[in-house]
Amino acid sequence: MYSHGAESLIKQAREIQESELQKFYSRLVKLLQGKELGHETVDSLQRLHLILSATKYTRMLPPELQKKVQSLLSSPKEHFQVLSSAVLRETLPLSGQEGNYNQENLSQLNSHAAALLLSQAGSRADLSSLCAQLLRSLESRQSEGPAHSLTHTLPILNTILTLSPECLTADHVTLLSKKLVDWLRYASITQGGGASSGGFFTGPRSRQPVPTAELDGAVSGDFFTVLCVGQGFTEDQWMNVYSFSMLRHWLLTYHSVSSGNGTADTANRLQLSLSLSYSFSNDDRSEVDGSVVSMVSATSSSGRLLPPKERLREKSFQYCLRLIEQSDRKAHKKTDTDLQKACLVEAVCILDCVCEEDASLVFRAFPCIKALFGRLSSDLSFARVLLPIAQFYLNHGEMAAVDCESVWKLVFGRFPAELFNDHFLAHELLRFLRLNLKSLQCRVPHYTRSFPNLLKFLAWDSPAVVDDFVDLLPSLVTAGTAVELLHTLLDLPCLSATLVLQVRSTCLPISDPGGHGLQSPDAYRNPSFRGLFLFLLRGDAGSGDTIDRLSTLHELLAETTDWPRVVQCAQTVPLLLHIFFNTVIPGADEKLLSHLILVMLERSSLLLNIPEYSKEIHRVFSSHLLRFCKLHPSLVVDQSHELLEFAGAITNVYSKEEIYTHVVWVLGEFLSVSCDSRCSVRLITSCFEALEAVLFEITSSVPPPGADCPAPRVVTTLMSALAKLASRSHDLIPRVSLFLSKLRTLTRGGSVAWCSDEEDLVAIVTRGEELWSLLKAPGVAQSVLTPPPHVTTPQWHRDTNVAMPLRLRALTSLTHSQ
Amino acid sequence: MVRCFLIHTVCPVSALGAGESRLLYSRLFGPDEGIFSDRERGLSPEERRLVQKERIAVVARQVRSAISLSREASARVLGETVPGEEALALQEADSGVVRLRAGDPFSEEMSALWLGVQSLGFTLVCEPHENLLLAESTLRNLARHCLEHLHMLGQGSEVLLRSNRVDALLSRLLPHGQLLFLNHRFAQALEKEVAAYMAK
Repeated sequence: MYSHGAESLIKQAREIQESELQKFYSRLVKLLQGKELGHETVDSLQRLHLILSATKYTRMLPPELQKKVQSLLSSPKEHFQVLSSAVLRETLPLSGQEGNYNQENLSQLNSHAAALLLSQAGSRADLSSLCAQLLRSLESRQSEGPAHSLTHTLPILNTILTLSPECLTADHVTLLSKKLVDWLRYASITQGGGASSGGFFTGPRSRQPVPTAELDGAVSGDFFTVLCVGQGFTEDQWMNVYSFSMLRHWLLTYHSVSSGNGTADTANRLQLSLSLSYSFSNDDRSEVDGSVVSMVSATSSSGRLLPPKERLREKSFQYCLRLIEQSDRKAHKKTDTDLQKACLVEAVCILDCVCEEDASLVFRAFPCIKALFGRLSSDLSFARVLLPIAQFYLNHGEMAAVDCESVWKLVFGRFPAELFNDHFLAHELLRFLRLNLKSLQCRVPHYTRSFPNLLKFLAWDSPAVVDDFVDLLPSLVTAGTAVELLHTLLDLPCLSATLVLQVRSTCLPISDPGGHGLQSPDAYRNPSFRGLFLFLLRGDAGSGDTIDRLSTLHELLAETTDWPRVVQCAQTVPLLLHIFFNTVIPGADEKLLSHLILVMLERSSLLLNIPEYSKEIHRVFSSHLLRFCKLHPSLVVDQSHELLEFAGAITNVYSKEEIYTHVVWVLGEFLSVSCDSRCSVRLITSCFEALEAVLFEITSSVPPPGADCPAPRVVTTLMSALAKLASRSHDLIPRVSLFLSKLRTLTRGGSVAWCSDEEDLVAIVTRGEELWSLLKAPGVAQSVLTPPPHVTTPQWHRDTNVAMPLRLRALTSLTHSQ
Repeated sequence: MVRCFLIHTVCPVSALGAGESRLLYSRLFGPDEGIFSDRERGLSPEERRLVQKERIAVVARQVRSAISLSREASARVLGETVPGEEALALQEADSGVVRLRAGDPFSEEMSALWLGVQSLGFTLVCEPHENLLLAESTLRNLARHCLEHLHMLGQGSEVLLRSNRVDALLSRLLPHGQLLFLNHRFAQALEKEVAAYMAK
């Protein structure tokens, strides 16, 4: 599709020589001077556009050319309008020409010229003038323009108010509200464009107006909406479409609750709507309104009594109810069925919006919404329509005292469990969660236990939704479920693999003849392993932190470790773990932190064997282990048994170097009486002995087959830890000193089996010598290796006794007095 | 409101670095958002245009990486369709949505819907509260028209040399970035106008 030809065209356009460019300009000017502008002119203008747009640096046109192109904006042939607008958008307006927003001829603007003006607007004032002009032309329009000459007015206004709602004055808002009401509610209900009900022989005089039809072919019984069809359309029916297309945005911008609607208004409106009247619209367009009326119009409150803003709200309300009714019809074409879905979403969102503004509408809207929910809740193909309904329930359910349980069961239950692979639903559902986090946490207690289900979105399509989970994960962390959440995060790649297997097993036949030699699909279907997979696929937290046979599960999924989805998922886990720990640590008590330490130690060897995955996870664990222990040093004494068990296992030195180093460091640093009074001499001695044994082992023999030499950092950390422990229990000092001097002797001989790099060996030996000489003076060793708290957390500037300025002053006065 | 519509490459391009995307068509709607931000207000018009171009380049790059990750994950084999098989190409196209955080690159959060048709991507950047169902069907419709009227499945470069057709198409189906609720009759009427334009 993308060819060399296209690439070279772009290159040519960028690298065109100045002289050639000028020649081209003058040729174009000549062409534009001619009377008849034909194909050649179109092609040349197109080429000019390519030259200008191919580079991000602006090229200026010679003024003569620019003026000529500008004059094409009002050309009768649309090609020239389009091209001139496109060309001028890629360059700058001629100096002196900017800001022509107050000209009278703006009312004759075609859509493309208007686009140019929009793109060149330099300030809010420009846009305000443009708005004013457009609205003026809307008010006083001539009816002889082509079918939709004014239809572009609404889209332009919509773009302006997207970025700068203040450009419309209150009068403008009122005017447009009135117009919108007319177009939405009172558009003609007969087909436009000369459609007739007569047959071949009927002449113009016998042409009767044909009513518009619904999408299933029935005759329309109520006012015109976007879901009505006809052979041709009248101008106001077009405006009906354009009005509805911008309606939600209009309401959000000018009708939001914060824009000043007080409770007094609400009370008035409540009174009005309670007095239901069956009067039809006796406003501007009363003669058009027929006597055929559906349920919607009949239950409306009288239109005339309300000011324009409130009228628009009421009419929008009616429009939406009618759309919801119309969406139940069976459309003949697929594009119309899709449109019905989109209309449902839009209608529910608009209803939500108007109900926010006027709470009395909630009681009128809820029966309809509830019925809609009942109709659609069992059909998963309407999942994306059910999300705005959930939003409505969340916003107004409490007020209407409606039970929302079934809604949440869908949103947190069925949707993630069954539609995790629908990109758009994932995006919209996660957005819904993000926007409503606070209310959900209040109103849906089940939210924090639904993470196994919600994480399915992440497991399936990590790159697309990881951003959303970065925002959502903190809200899913609670003290009660933290441990289970940690296990779930660590096993996300397994969940990813399982979901792939699940999808495949529903697509492929049970006995797959092709086979591919895969073990995992068979394992997935094997009843004896079913429980493992079912645990991963569970929907709610609370049934257990993890399973016993994790290692079996990992073995079964061994061949999935190079599946792209699994790999992508594994890459996001470290980030999520950081977020998890950052959220957990501030509020956690020691009990939880101890439990988490145990999980970290246990799981460090129990991870799915994806390349680099274990290493990354170990890195995360190490840094957070450090944080835990620095915050609560007594944790080390608490968990000393487990930590020692970990530190005493020689295999950990080789397979989990990062964590091992940190565990040893933590033991050396925090296993002291100053950190926790329960630390006994016996404990220190047993720790010492365990570490000593490991150190002996690794420095006296060749590494086991398949393993590299132990990292130098491990050796030095062990040595430092031993020295620290010895400094707290002085009878251990001789043992350490002996070892260190032996080490020095051994390594004098040159290379050793357990260290391949000479420089590393030198560093290790140097460290050994430093520690040895330090330990020769036990008191000094103790204050260096186990410094008292006021040394490690200095407050020099805060402590009056040691504040630097004070000391300097004292010294100065001492020296001066002499 | 749709902020922009892009057509760009999602396959490796030899002249560009890995992960870069060549923009074949871009159309920004509405006034430049820079005129409302304090930071960008002092920029000259040329600088503003530069910022705009860089912004859409960022979007194209992000969509390109999203598409390639998605295709990698689903292990899709890209079929080769020939001109005449537009409907098939569209059916096989993959689609998704990228969340563009506030500031990266637009000042507010945006949703970038994409449709990947073999080596090209069609992207619609719209405000997140926009009706994404409607945006999706609009995007598909636009892509279908582009593929047909610009013969994009072939080796030609009409998308570059006939960009005015895309402009005209957008002015009907997505005027000034406005998504329209068009039932098949309204759509037909607009498409007739578009076809009339293309025929001249």
